[in-house]
Amino acid sequence: MISGLTVSERHLALFVLGALALTGLAMAVAGRGDPLAVHGYIVLVFSLGLGFVVLSALFDPEPPEERLSEYYDDPTRAGIILSLAWAVAGMFVGVWVAALLAWPELTFVDSAWASFGRLRPVHTSGVIFGFGGNALIATSFHVLQRTCRARLPGQFAPWFVLIGYNLFCLIAATGYLMGMTQSKEYAEPEWYADIWLVVVWVVYFLIYIRTLQRRKEPHIYVANWYYMAFILVVAVLHIVNNLAVPVSFGHAKSYSLFSGVQDAMTQWWYGHNAVAFFLTAGFLGMMYYYLPKRAERPIFSYRLSIISFWGITFMYMWAGAHHLHYTALPQWVQTLGMTFSIVLLVPSWASAGNALATLNGAWHKVRDDATLRFMMVAAVFYGLSTFEGSFMAIRAVNSLSHYTDWTVGHVHAGALGWVAMITFGSLYALVPWMWKQERMYSPKLIEVHFWLALAGTVVYVFAMWNSGIIQGLMWRTYNDSGTLAYSFIDSLVAMHPYYIARAFGGLLFLAGAVVCSFNVWMTIRMARRARAAEPAGDVPLYGKAGAAPAGE
Amino acid sequence: MEIDHNSVVAFAKSWGLFYLILLAAGVVVYALWPGNRKRFDRAKKSILDKDDRPGD
Amino acid sequence: MKEFFHRKLERNAIGFVLAIVGVASIGGLVEIAPLFTIHETVEEAPDMRLYTPLELAGRNLYIREGCYACHSQMIRTLRDEVERYGPYSLAVESKYDHPMLWGSKRTGPDLARLGGKYSDAWHVAHLVNPRDVVPESVMPRYGWLKRNALRIDDLSAHLAAQRAVGVPYTDAMIENATADARAQANPDDAGTSGVSERYGEATNVRAFDGNPGLLTEMDALVAYLQIVGQLTQAAQQQTAKAE
Repeated sequence: MISGLTVSERHLALFVLGALALTGLAMAVAGRGDPLAVHGYIVLVFSLGLGFVVLSALFDPEPPEERLSEYYDDPTRAGIILSLAWAVAGMFVGVWVAALLAWPELTFVDSAWASFGRLRPVHTSGVIFGFGGNALIATSFHVLQRTCRARLPGQFAPWFVLIGYNLFCLIAATGYLMGMTQSKEYAEPEWYADIWLVVVWVVYFLIYIRTLQRRKEPHIYVANWYYMAFILVVAVLHIVNNLAVPVSFGHAKSYSLFSGVQDAMTQWWYGHNAVAFFLTAGFLGMMYYYLPKRAERPIFSYRLSIISFWGITFMYMWAGAHHLHYTALPQWVQTLGMTFSIVLLVPSWASAGNALATLNGAWHKVRDDATLRFMMVAAVFYGLSTFEGSFMAIRAVNSLSHYTDWTVGHVHAGALGWVAMITFGSLYALVPWMWKQERMYSPKLIEVHFWLALAGTVVYVFAMWNSGIIQGLMWRTYNDSGTLAYSFIDSLVAMHPYYIARAFGGLLFLAGAVVCSFNVWMTIRMARRARAAEPAGDVPLYGKAGAAPAGE
Repeated sequence: MEIDHNSVVAFAKSWGLFYLILLAAGVVVYALWPGNRKRFDRAKKSILDKDDRPGD
Repeated sequence: MKEFFHRKLERNAIGFVLAIVGVASIGGLVEIAPLFTIHETVEEAPDMRLYTPLELAGRNLYIREGCYACHSQMIRTLRDEVERYGPYSLAVESKYDHPMLWGSKRTGPDLARLGGKYSDAWHVAHLVNPRDVVPESVMPRYGWLKRNALRIDDLSAHLAAQRAVGVPYTDAMIENATADARAQANPDDAGTSGVSERYGEATNVRAFDGNPGLLTEMDALVAYLQIVGQLTQAAQQQTAKAE
């Protein structure tokens, strides 16, 4: 892959890795006696290791000029593999923490790193940022080039984004195990990781905007609008919510700029919009490209997709306050948040309906093709969980559901049912195109994965609905004498069977992800074998002209 | 000038609403504008193109 | 013209970018900006004191171990919550909390009124193994807190950073942070009078982990847990007034 870079890009890569190694060294020196030093060493080793990889191919010949008449897909291929690796790791930790709630001793007892509080963010960040983020980056590069009919502007920048982003994920996950966290949910990484992510994100944005400006199509396809909204708004959210003052440049610890009510509102403005623009907009971009492509039918209504785009972009921003009903947040902000959360249902259902209407007339394909079925079920879960979300934002409902497992169930209906399903569907469509194969290694294993994923999601979500509602009701039940009927511990004991069921549902879902990784791995091997079998000699480096497989 | 809490809230409540209505109207007009039909049709069909090379 | 405008936006990708940022951020601004003038409407709490260095260190441990993932510190204005946990939380109570720890999930109970509810010994036993005290509990054990010495050499820097984000620590507090932390967990220490002088007579000064000779992470966390909801009596007074 290094030999695909031009010689000057290899030099640039070495320079950047050198600067990064020096930064790591500085962190290690300044952070002596603080966990910051450990991260310094991780950065140092990471950049030196990559430096050796670049050095090993430094003197390879320049890549041929023909590459410029092809799309640049190496980072997408790497991103797919990284995404699946994070999926398995993140979901494994998820099953582990789920099991800890049923059997609290099921861990390395008295090892700080293996306690629930430190493992939980490894799970959430691992699946959201590791699995979801890598999938978004990989697919966005693919979609961007195809819809613009333009190659990415350079070869170094996309690698910088992909590898830099994974360094961020690595710093985040190892930091949690050492107890480094800002305690802001879904924004836990400390200040230096946050600054690094901003750098990576700026480059990501520049790649996007430069490719858009080089496009050969007059119109920007709607999938790119969603990817753009994802990149831009996540940048705004990330910067505002992570404003903090570090204790010193030698400390990992920082104190957030805002306090109390302002901090709570900023955090949930972030938290909710991370759901909106990371877990919704980005994946809608995926859906608007891969679903029509796989179904070989144009999207049902392009106009509807535009209207729902602006609706989602505009309205999500107001909805965050529904996380703080009945708290010390002013009443008018709560009401505003609730109102917008309900109106939000309109553009959300417009998107889900648009996807399903696209498939109308192609149901036989949905029946036969598990890949397309993943996407269809994703659209259904998207519709369901946005409805549930609007419902839960109503103050009266929220008074029951808040603080309970119902919220966890809602999040997973979205995360497993929508985000993961659309991702798996898109990856199954994308992998054969990327490795120039007719199909995946085993369509049957896709079918197995589909049923594991669906069963896992349903078991998980039903378990959490039950436990959440029971919990909420027990907390507010009064007996005849007008006193609370149940102690807190009574409600906890009642959760036990559901916590077991939840861990089982998660295990099914994890098994599906393992099956998927195996299938992708075997597809890649199949591609390697096919390439090795080709007669040696003057085979063009970048595939034979006009031999792009059907379906792409 | 001192900005007090109530006037900020009042501004947020009134202009926020105007902004919402204007934006919604603008988006609907754009999406339904007859002149845009051709471009939208082209966009939604062009991704199904089998050609897998950058354009010239 | 509207249509012409949007087409131009699209041709020029930068314009498109600005449109997305504009449309998306106005919602947040309208909602959040007013909260920065909220101090005009929030209750006053003249009796509010600051976290001592030891309590702040304990709060950081609460964050480090991820306690906020299972315990909220925000009692809502609902009858059953007030009866179960105590007076509902006021905005002023978390005005020095950088970051706030309101939480979002109650796998365990709310802790907003935990301070003073149990003895130090109960907390220590509970943290070492929760199931020794509450057999049905699913909370993890935190035995290492009792073994790890607390890092106090950098507490001045912590207080200075807190002052930088708006917590009114005085120069004397910052200067004596390390000594104050040591003294608060050891009643025999010569510096205990300084702690009460700077943070108030009501400040808890005792060997929180039961061992005055050694300053552990357990000392800090228990000191913090014993002060949660006790920095001001505003909420209790408001409830008393209403009744």
